[in-house]
Amino acid sequence: MSVAVREAPIVKPDAPAAVNDFAINVATANGSGSQTSNGVLLRALFKMGIPINGKNLFPSNIQGLPTWYIIRLSKDGFLARREMTDIQVCMNGRTVAEDMERAAPGGIVLYDDSLPVANRRKDVTYYGMPVKDLVKEAKLPHALRDYVANMVYVGVLAELLGIEPEEIEAALLHHFEGKEKAAGLNMEMVERAIDWASAHVGQHHGYRVERMTGFNEGKILVDGNTAAALGALAGGLSLASWYPITPSSSMAESVEKYASALRTDKDTGKATVAVIQAEDELAAIGMVVGAGWTGARAMTCTSGPGISLMSEFAGLAYFAEVPAVIWDIQRMGPSTGLPTRTSQGDILAAYYLGHGDTRHVVLFPANPAECFDFGRIAFDLAEELQTLVFVLSDLDLGMNAHISEPFEYSDAPFKRGKVLSAEDLEERQGSWGRYMDVDGDGIAYRTLPGTRHNMAAYFTRGTGHNEYGYYSERPEDWEQNLERLKRKFETARQLVPSPILDEVEGAQVGIISLGSNHDGVEEARARLEATGLATNYLRLRALPIDESVRTFIDRNRIVFVIEANSDGQLHNILTTEEPAQALKLVSMAKCDGLPLSARYIVGEVEKAVEEALI
Amino acid sequence: MSTRTRAAAARRAARPAKTNRIGLEKTAYRGRPSTLCKGCGHDSVSQRIVNAAWEMGLDQTQVVKLSGIGCSSKTPAYYLGWSHGFNSLHGRMPSVATGAIIANSSLEVIGVSGDGDTASIGIGQFKHAVRRNLPLIYIVENNGVYGLTKGQFSATADEGQFLKYQGVNDLPPLDICMEALTANATFVARSFAGDPKQLEALLKAAFNHRGIAVLDIVSPCVTFNNHDTSTKSYGFGRANEIKLHDLNFVPEFEEIEIEDYEDELEVELHDGGSIILKKIDPDHDPTDRTAAYNVIQQSLDEQKLITGLLYINEGEPTLTELLNLTDTPLTHLPDEKLRPSREALEGVMATLA
Repeated sequence: MSVAVREAPIVKPDAPAAVNDFAINVATANGSGSQTSNGVLLRALFKMGIPINGKNLFPSNIQGLPTWYIIRLSKDGFLARREMTDIQVCMNGRTVAEDMERAAPGGIVLYDDSLPVANRRKDVTYYGMPVKDLVKEAKLPHALRDYVANMVYVGVLAELLGIEPEEIEAALLHHFEGKEKAAGLNMEMVERAIDWASAHVGQHHGYRVERMTGFNEGKILVDGNTAAALGALAGGLSLASWYPITPSSSMAESVEKYASALRTDKDTGKATVAVIQAEDELAAIGMVVGAGWTGARAMTCTSGPGISLMSEFAGLAYFAEVPAVIWDIQRMGPSTGLPTRTSQGDILAAYYLGHGDTRHVVLFPANPAECFDFGRIAFDLAEELQTLVFVLSDLDLGMNAHISEPFEYSDAPFKRGKVLSAEDLEERQGSWGRYMDVDGDGIAYRTLPGTRHNMAAYFTRGTGHNEYGYYSERPEDWEQNLERLKRKFETARQLVPSPILDEVEGAQVGIISLGSNHDGVEEARARLEATGLATNYLRLRALPIDESVRTFIDRNRIVFVIEANSDGQLHNILTTEEPAQALKLVSMAKCDGLPLSARYIVGEVEKAVEEALI
Repeated sequence: MSTRTRAAAARRAARPAKTNRIGLEKTAYRGRPSTLCKGCGHDSVSQRIVNAAWEMGLDQTQVVKLSGIGCSSKTPAYYLGWSHGFNSLHGRMPSVATGAIIANSSLEVIGVSGDGDTASIGIGQFKHAVRRNLPLIYIVENNGVYGLTKGQFSATADEGQFLKYQGVNDLPPLDICMEALTANATFVARSFAGDPKQLEALLKAAFNHRGIAVLDIVSPCVTFNNHDTSTKSYGFGRANEIKLHDLNFVPEFEEIEIEDYEDELEVELHDGGSIILKKIDPDHDPTDRTAAYNVIQQSLDEQKLITGLLYINEGEPTLTELLNLTDTPLTHLPDEKLRPSREALEGVMATLA
């Protein structure tokens, strides 16, 4: 074994360590098995009670390109992406030089000692890990060597920081779904690395982890796509049709994974849900529309390029008034963009998708628990409003693991909306019109195919139609129909999830944001408040907006609209829908593919203050 | 009204109206008045659907009619007025049908399309619906031309064909039956809108087939493509139609009683009915895929309209069977069957804690 050079730590041994409050960045090559080691680290820290988050920055590639995984520990419970790295793990020769530069002054660099190391900084402590030797000594089957090599840094970090080996072992068993042999092979590598580190690295170089309470109890660790899939399955999903696209595929795959456990009919052993991998996104949404029209709850999940393809069907669902749900797990656009980076760039596209005068209900979940709830609520809204409902998640929320409240089981009756049965038709003596606004809320009554009554049938079309669904080119019919659709959209304002408000007595600066920005916004608000600038916060959960958005803007002197895209798309919608208050709305839009950090938000707000905007 | 027609009307009024096995007159199977051109082959096909459905005594409330966009796709409004209809998007009828069938597998689903809708914009969805063996009657009303946009070539137009505005078509046609067969269709038939007897027999057989039934029906466009040089014209169809078999369909509720048939082949269908083929060409066995390819190739080579049941296979599972869905249609399941039990969800959450 080569003996690593033991280098003097920068931090003095008697200086207090940063406990549960720092960030680790692991640089590996894609496809090297680092997802397992990173997931195990995250889970072990979670089980030690430490508030954590993990952000996977991965390439659009299967094997070989660089990948980074950033774990942030925050004893105060701030879970946004942190820009600074305290401990840098370097396992990838192609990026080792730039990765080493990333460590903050006073930080630590752990590197595979077979990698070339050019310049050493004086303000950082380096440890070369003898990865190859440790793997060789373990005498593992050849095929497994590359995969368990990443367990070396897990062991070294465990020793360096004080991560409990028992929790690492438990996390391995969880990862391998109880398969002791696979977990054991990996644990053996971890233990060898711990032994090496205790002899050559030691503990307390300024960073420690300690078991804590008060944050993770009762919570779960889950990604938004899994949560959304479970929510849909719990919300009456009958058909999920999809076409593979990053970052949404794992949502459909989760539906498939959990379908048999959750949706096998116990009387017959048969499935009560179907999953179809369609030939393209057009077919995926076409199947959803066909099933929704027939009376089933159907959903597709996709990302930006997919919604572009679905646009014609989106217009049809809106105009023919067919319930449908599209989950858009947003990635960077325009065009193919960056498939493996996050963004909130589809807000405008989703809201107006389709040619002609078209508007859709759009929901914005901010965390896995909300993804779960919206799995059901999206269906309720689609059926009540007889329309297409979008749910806009994003890569950060969808694919990264987050600490979440457990999901709340609901056995409330599904909201099926205005559906006439054969008995209802009998009572009405057949006098009904598919597109007739009987109740004044813009929502007409529908019948489902297969209703056993000879007055049940109507003809569905994307062409102009009158109240009975007959083809019509009469100007009056066209105008009346669109007026009714507008009334229906007004009804939608009252039905969609309302914003979450958090207001501070005396504060006059407002923030409106949405979705996965929440963690960054909350941390930024705490930091701003500590410097004397308290803010009010409205987290928008749906479009169309309701009255509370107007009154919120009213109550503030200035409102920052914070979103992860380049054009300020939500800002655009708010200024259009609240023109009288448009000058109060300041766009704060950033789109670099990374989740918004508190540092960015604080910097922008402070700049605005300096520029005497406030 | 002339004396003769008045007398005919009086005779009809005196006769008790003829009803089918569920007590309905044929008029109950009609739809709204057609808005297609007078003499359009599509209206003949609509009439055949009315006849076949009435004779079989179909419960229209359990039938849905789906279509794409184009002249042919307007027709579902013109028949089976008690059935739900959906005139969807251009080339996308198959995906809408897939969703409807999964949602309610007890429905009888008719999809109507044209040659532009199926062979041009919709070729992908067509072939994938076939590949999935969707339990669907897929009717293509094939006239080799875009009617509703006034006479452009479709992908089934003949090579060398002349059209008033576009001139000569330089490209070879796609053959819908060939495309269906290569995508593993389980029922492939070709017919002619001007051949009521054969078409009705094929429609009835299609209703009783368990998987996808593709019917490529040459249906002349009287306005843009009915000159005798076109293989999609009335003149060509009548002059060049070669029938593979004389067809007869026997529903399950009627006893098989065939007159004057020799050299017959009876193919039993999923729902218990059977289609009986009297061989004209003794070499064609419709359960033989290779034979079906050969017949289609022969038809292309010889520029003849060879009609009849080209291929049938009752043995393949349908999409809904492969999905192993509950026998009760998903749309009929109560809420409690459409969500997990509290315990089942808690079991999953325990793995995330």
